Amino acid sequence: MSDGFKPVAVGGALPAGTAAPATPRNVPYQGGAMSPSVESLRARFGPSIVRADVVWGETTVVVDRARVLEVITFLHDDPSERYDYLSDVTAVEYRDIERAMEVVWHLRSLPYRRFLRVKVLLEKGGPLEVPSVWGVYKSADWLERECFDMFGIAFTGHPDLRRILMWEDYKEGYPLRKDFPLRGRFSRSEQLRQALAANPEARYSMEELSIVDAFTDLPADVRQRLAAGETTGE
Amino acid sequence: MGLSPRPQSTPVHQGGDEPWVATRLDFLVNWSRANSLWPMPFGTACCAIEYMATAAAKFDLARFGMERQSFSPRQADVLICAGRVPFKLAPVLRRIWQQMPQPKWAIAMGACASTGNMFDNYAVVQGIDCIIPVDVYVPGCPPRPEGLMYGIMMLQEKVMRERAADVSLRNEMTPDPTSKLYIPPSLIDEISEPFGNSVHQQRSGL
Repeated sequence: MSDGFKPVAVGGALPAGTAAPATPRNVPYQGGAMSPSVESLRARFGPSIVRADVVWGETTVVVDRARVLEVITFLHDDPSERYDYLSDVTAVEYRDIERAMEVVWHLRSLPYRRFLRVKVLLEKGGPLEVPSVWGVYKSADWLERECFDMFGIAFTGHPDLRRILMWEDYKEGYPLRKDFPLRGRFSRSEQLRQALAANPEARYSMEELSIVDAFTDLPADVRQRLAAGETTGE
Repeated sequence: MGLSPRPQSTPVHQGGDEPWVATRLDFLVNWSRANSLWPMPFGTACCAIEYMATAAAKFDLARFGMERQSFSPRQADVLICAGRVPFKLAPVLRRIWQQMPQPKWAIAMGACASTGNMFDNYAVVQGIDCIIPVDVYVPGCPPRPEGLMYGIMMLQEKVMRERAADVSLRNEMTPDPTSKLYIPPSLIDEISEPFGNSVHQQRSGL
């Protein structure tokens, strides 16, 4: 199932003689040094890189929605980039109703010690759809589910896109959207009635919580006990 | 408990030198119940940290007969809900309460479990008394261990005042719409509107 754990040497891809990392001092609000990844992205994707700016020393790249999956795959696979860690997928909605929603990917390259923020703008009124990066980063699974749960953004190609924080048949919408009332759309008694009517076991079965997928990674004694027919749970 | 001097002659006990005790059955039962409350900790937030401090060596819940923390509802007497309960957890909390055998009591520890606290939002139950009956509310955010122990002592006092003849204490009632005490959900909504300007608050002010 798993092909073993390969440790990543942090900063291992940097040329010899690179200075040891230090906490940056006196970082300007705007106009700091841009990540070198932006140059290679511009060279490869051209006009699909809409904008790139540096705020507090962190580079943000705004990418055309149609090519975002290509961009992220490139950033992950290219030997000169090697962004091997997806730390967050989230979305931003602004108070300005004219302003587009943003989907944000936070990427980190451990071998090169780089950080890059990739954004896609989703215009209001258009479909809230972006491609899922689950094929590139497995960690995108729950992050995209959370983003879908809170903002209602559909990640096309996600293997199991459903709510993760709110319960499955939550009917009030997407809580982190600006038009969502703080106390929800339904009255308190209706919310409570719906919540109490939920049956948690109906959705989260013991089969779903089982450890079949992780079987080969288990310790040998646990594997033996499970193979001998020991059951878990109720 | 009344330890009375042994009378000179009694039809109950004649001969021998053993001391003896006369008391009410209620008192004896309540006394043993109040001093061996096995808690079922339902800790969901920071109150649970404070609860752990209460149970640990310095404050020592074992002094109140709570030596055994019962992590199974089937062997528990008192449910201590420590922390906020989101709507997603509401059916779980109610199921745990239903699994506890009688006699049972509940303590709402902290402001969140008692009222929802500042989490007057879409996700949090506004007090666990919406779901289960609560005997003692412990205020605080979170309450200090002394506060929780005071609540436990109040619960012990409450247990001591119970009457075995009063069977209604052990009845598990579901809301009865024909009762005069029944408050319809619409009225609950009306009287539970919050004060201040948070009534129709939108995130964006749109």
